[in-house]
Amino acid sequence: MRNAFAKQITELAQQDPRVVLMAGDIGNRLFDKLKAQCPDRFFNCGVAEANMIGMAAGMAMSGLRPFCYTITPFITYRCLEQIRIDVCYHHAPVVIVGTGAGLSYASLGATHHSCEEMGMLRLIPGLAVLAPADEMEVRGAIKAALQYPHPVYIRIGKKGEPVVHQTEPEFIIGKSIPVRGGADVCLLSAGTMLPVALEAAEKLAQQGLQARVESFHTIKPLDETLLAEVFAKFKIVATLEEHSVLGGLGGAVAEWLANSGARGRLLRFGTKDEFLHETGEQEQAREFFGLTGEAIAARIAHAHRG
Amino acid sequence: MSAAPDIHAMQDIGDLELMARRLRFKLIQMSHTAGTPHLGSALSCVDILVAAYWKILKIDAARATDPWRDRFILSKGHAASALYATLAERGFFPREWLDTFAQHKSPLAEQPAPDCAPGVELATGSLGHGLPVGLGMALAGRIQKQVYRVFVTMSDGECNEGTVWEAAMFAPNQKLENVCVLIDYNKWQATGRSNEVMCLPSLREKFSAFGWSATELDGHNISQLVEAMSKIPNGSGKPVAIVAHTVKGKGVSFMEDDNNWHYRIPTAEEVEKARKELQQP
Repeated sequence: MRNAFAKQITELAQQDPRVVLMAGDIGNRLFDKLKAQCPDRFFNCGVAEANMIGMAAGMAMSGLRPFCYTITPFITYRCLEQIRIDVCYHHAPVVIVGTGAGLSYASLGATHHSCEEMGMLRLIPGLAVLAPADEMEVRGAIKAALQYPHPVYIRIGKKGEPVVHQTEPEFIIGKSIPVRGGADVCLLSAGTMLPVALEAAEKLAQQGLQARVESFHTIKPLDETLLAEVFAKFKIVATLEEHSVLGGLGGAVAEWLANSGARGRLLRFGTKDEFLHETGEQEQAREFFGLTGEAIAARIAHAHRG
Repeated sequence: MSAAPDIHAMQDIGDLELMARRLRFKLIQMSHTAGTPHLGSALSCVDILVAAYWKILKIDAARATDPWRDRFILSKGHAASALYATLAERGFFPREWLDTFAQHKSPLAEQPAPDCAPGVELATGSLGHGLPVGLGMALAGRIQKQVYRVFVTMSDGECNEGTVWEAAMFAPNQKLENVCVLIDYNKWQATGRSNEVMCLPSLREKFSAFGWSATELDGHNISQLVEAMSKIPNGSGKPVAIVAHTVKGKGVSFMEDDNNWHYRIPTAEEVEKARKELQQP
């Protein structure tokens, strides 16, 4: 996904003289083409994320469209106040891109995990929160963010994630992308959980349950039209994310559901309210939290029977 | 305040010193009326504001958002009353607004909100934000080939914040020579001597070591301030740091260097005493 980001931001920088890329001492060689073609609009801001976000806000207030890029926990937790005050309070259209989000860097330990940041950022007024599913959606998300008149946060994976979409889908902020049809249960997937959601749908199909799957890439603003539709249609709606079940997509949908008058059952799949201490790769971390196609399908099938 | 002096007529330092006294008294009145603290902090930066707004900044009150304007960020947002009074005197908004300061639905909150009033460049109040944002504005000027300068006024207590030093480390490598940091070094922060809370001395040497062109001067000497600020950029290719030695509560004998005035609100009697000391009508 980071390669898709690099390609897309390079194209946008060539087309739009307002686009600036700021990186936090990351992306070795990834941005060589952008640096060569737009040398005055690339900044390695060093290992100083708070200053990077503040500077981006100053640029955005002065007519530019800066994109800030580094590893997710450092560009979110570390500089939360800069995002809140410099960017969002001033309505400065900065795009913040966190790479290696969720459990992408599972093996590096919890310092590099980000399973709470969507919840934190979703609370800040005026900030859109996006979790594209694959490199096709990353490209769409970056383009949509540049057109969006407000600040945007985008969490992406690292590299080599499975590509779900054959072609680039139309990416509209706040509008879910349908991926698979089904009439029995509905799976809303955020970010790189989409292939797992499709795997769960396959397992459910083997048990005679047809699952609709949506790439629910925008955590804020919520696609309330789609939520109203699926909670009216389906007995069970599940949210899937590589993020805590508190505060992220599942949290946002639960809040919506509480106010909506809808009566469906919501199942939230995500990480637990704890730090992961077990050493392992992303796959093992997902297993630890029950974020596999098999585990998800089993829990949904059980709920559907009950 | 009575009739505004004509800015174009304010050529000599004596006029500017008169303006500084006038502003100081206004701040005391505003603190008294609104019941707002941080008066000592506001009084210490008045001469910096007067030098900048009457002698240095290329700004036009009629075109407050001109992309080519010089930017002045009061990063020590708790001294907002000083900025508001300055902007009102410079014609950015009606002086009557000052009478509503910090009151319900006033455009002028106790610390500035985004776009709250013409001429306010940044919402400040949380310390350590002005310099990074100012650097972004300076970089934007360079990218868009707009020639303007960015002045950021910080407090000494503000230099406790890590972002100040992140920004200080970044700016020289970008040769941001159009950036000027002014430190209102009044030797106090909220609850103690700034030199005792953190190891601040020497601020000039610190900025110098970080790659800045750093000087220090008497922050109440308007001639010295104008002289130093008129050399931005100064030809060294470096951003400029001016460590301005100041006195908290400057201008009123019973407030000077007394940190109780970080929070105290002057009584009506104290306002009258200050009026006499500042020779205000």
